[in-house]
Amino acid sequence: MKKLLLDKVNVPGIKTFEVYRREGGYRSVEKALTMSPDAIVEEVKKSGLRGRGGAGFPTGLKWSFLAKPEGVPRYLVVNADESEPGTFKDRYLMEFLPHLLIEGIICSSFALGSNVSYIYIRGEYDWVSDILDTAIGEARQHGFLGKNILGSGFDCEIYTHRGAGAYICGEETALLESLEGKRGLPRIKPPFPAIKGAWGCPTVVNNVETICAVVPIMNDGGEAYSKIGIGKSTGTKLISACGNINKPGVYEIDMTVSVEDFIYSDEYCGGIANGKRLKACIPGGSSVPILPANLLLKTAKGEKRLMNYESLSDGGFITGSMMGSGGFEVLDEDQCIVRHTLTLARFYHHESCGQCSPCREGTGWLDKILTTIENGKGQMKDIDLLWDVQKNIEGNTICPLGDAAAWPVAAAIRHFRDEFEWHITNREECLVRNFGLAHYADELKIAATT
Amino acid sequence: MSIPFSQEKLNRINELKSRYPAGKSKSALLPVLHLAQQVNGGWLDVAVMDYVAQLMELKPIEVYEVATFYSMYNLKPVGKYVFEVCHTGPCMVKGSDEIINYIKQKLNIGVNETTADGLFTLKTVECLGACGYAPMMQLGKIYREHLTKERVDEIIEECRNNSAINN
Ligand SMILES: Cc1cc2nc3c(=O)[nH]c(=O)nc-3n(C[C@H](O)[C@H](O)[C@H](O)COP(=O)(O)O)c2cc1C
Ligand code: SF4
Ligand code: FES
Repeated sequence: MKKLLLDKVNVPGIKTFEVYRREGGYRSVEKALTMSPDAIVEEVKKSGLRGRGGAGFPTGLKWSFLAKPEGVPRYLVVNADESEPGTFKDRYLMEFLPHLLIEGIICSSFALGSNVSYIYIRGEYDWVSDILDTAIGEARQHGFLGKNILGSGFDCEIYTHRGAGAYICGEETALLESLEGKRGLPRIKPPFPAIKGAWGCPTVVNNVETICAVVPIMNDGGEAYSKIGIGKSTGTKLISACGNINKPGVYEIDMTVSVEDFIYSDEYCGGIANGKRLKACIPGGSSVPILPANLLLKTAKGEKRLMNYESLSDGGFITGSMMGSGGFEVLDEDQCIVRHTLTLARFYHHESCGQCSPCREGTGWLDKILTTIENGKGQMKDIDLLWDVQKNIEGNTICPLGDAAAWPVAAAIRHFRDEFEWHITNREECLVRNFGLAHYADELKIAATT
Repeated sequence: MSIPFSQEKLNRINELKSRYPAGKSKSALLPVLHLAQQVNGGWLDVAVMDYVAQLMELKPIEVYEVATFYSMYNLKPVGKYVFEVCHTGPCMVKGSDEIINYIKQKLNIGVNETTADGLFTLKTVECLGACGYAPMMQLGKIYREHLTKERVDEIIEECRNNSAINN
């Protein structure tokens, strides 16, 4: 498979402008500046590129919604907040290919008419923001940033903006609040950022990987990009793989690869570590439903499940999951689902901004009840209580963090209810050892009916 | 009040403010607070927040609001070296709990506590975007990944040595 984003990642010195340029970097900018902004948006539409931040919304369409009132600046803001557990692909792109992101931002800014763009980067990625600042300085020195870039008449500036530790700032409107120097409280939509975004001006917020993908789209054309992959999952996708696998890391895939090949082939994860069996997987970041092995490798219809938007979500939440951010976490037969779900509930409890009561209170309850069960003090009725609490959060909040907190708990109960029950009936035992229901790894009847 | 920031830092603050549209310099508050925390020994007390408010031409409450929202701002003093160990799912699966327990034992402190000599603070944090290199922790500006008990020993040793050299 031809890599579109990571093909040059191992070239020594590729972090520097000189090497990056020698390897063909920044060609897309030269090309973009000869085109009309609208023609670039058309290419992106043609490519079928979908947002890589999690929601998978078509990028070209999003760009075409950007309001263009006379005399009002427009902004491109790159979402580099990357805090969804299991996800570490944007960091990889920025750390090892900083100029790819800068190149993508310049093309995108030109298409959108944004003279100043911001990279909102999570505060903990301190050294990564230094790498970007260095790359920005180099690009400026070579005339790709600043006033009148390459003599085109287009002014283009990029600034990094470090957050300070808050998952919620990945949500686009919270991110804009944070960019404005405030608490990261999501805004009520509408108005959408395309109409009223940063400092009240029309704004596009895109994920790092989305903006990087604009570079191959510019170089090879939207149509060529759309021919890679399958159906509405065009182009390539970065997957950050972690958990109990032999080769954790960031992989660029063509979205026709099967989940089974992704986990077991040496090209990707290299199989389950220590010769264990596969038990479960969260295929798209902590917010998406966990799937037991038998539903992961094949859909409910018995088809091979593929690593793409449609196939991963086949069956809806009853027997499927989601592509999400591409944070792929594999759990082996020894892993305890209750304990794992507890860490996620604690995460969402910690990260809730507190604006909506269903989310603020609900995430607290999920955390508390799961802690009780994990500590061997649970009762059978607690499982139903957990179910009720998550149901009451879902759909009743300002931003999707509420849903993101509810779904992992719902899916864990749906698919692994017997493991929750075991924790409650085996109070002593569950304190001293993890409980692995290895049978989930076997060919199974579809148990999911809740 | 006296000016605790050097001219160099003040210049840096002006550069940060200039990154945002005219009249929107409040946007620089997060980066300025990072800087203030660094100058102030790793945490933000009320005096330094008030000073930032004055520099940024903001009401003190606007600064407190932000400082209390984000987890990277410390509102209490911390040790010279802060071990921020991730304990979310992917790190837990790779043994972060054992690492946390080991650090507790070795330094004889609990989570959110500082050693008596003021050298080390232990914290647990949520996913830092390094799940493939788990278990891991943040130490100052950088990440320490693939932690084992031996790695932890080395890191503690390294911090003690660095501290001895710098004193
Ligand atoms: C709670 C929450 C956290 C999010 N975190 C991120 C993130 O870290 N990075 C990201 O790109 N998108 C994140 N998103 C999605 C953004 O709101 C937004 O949809 C995305 O940046 C759009 O970019 P895209 O269209 O290129 O995917 C998050 C959404 C929610 C609700
Ligand atoms: S759903 Fe949660 S995180 Fe989102 S706005 Fe409401 S309280 Fe805040
Ligand atoms: S879970 Fe620890 S870095 Fe992601």
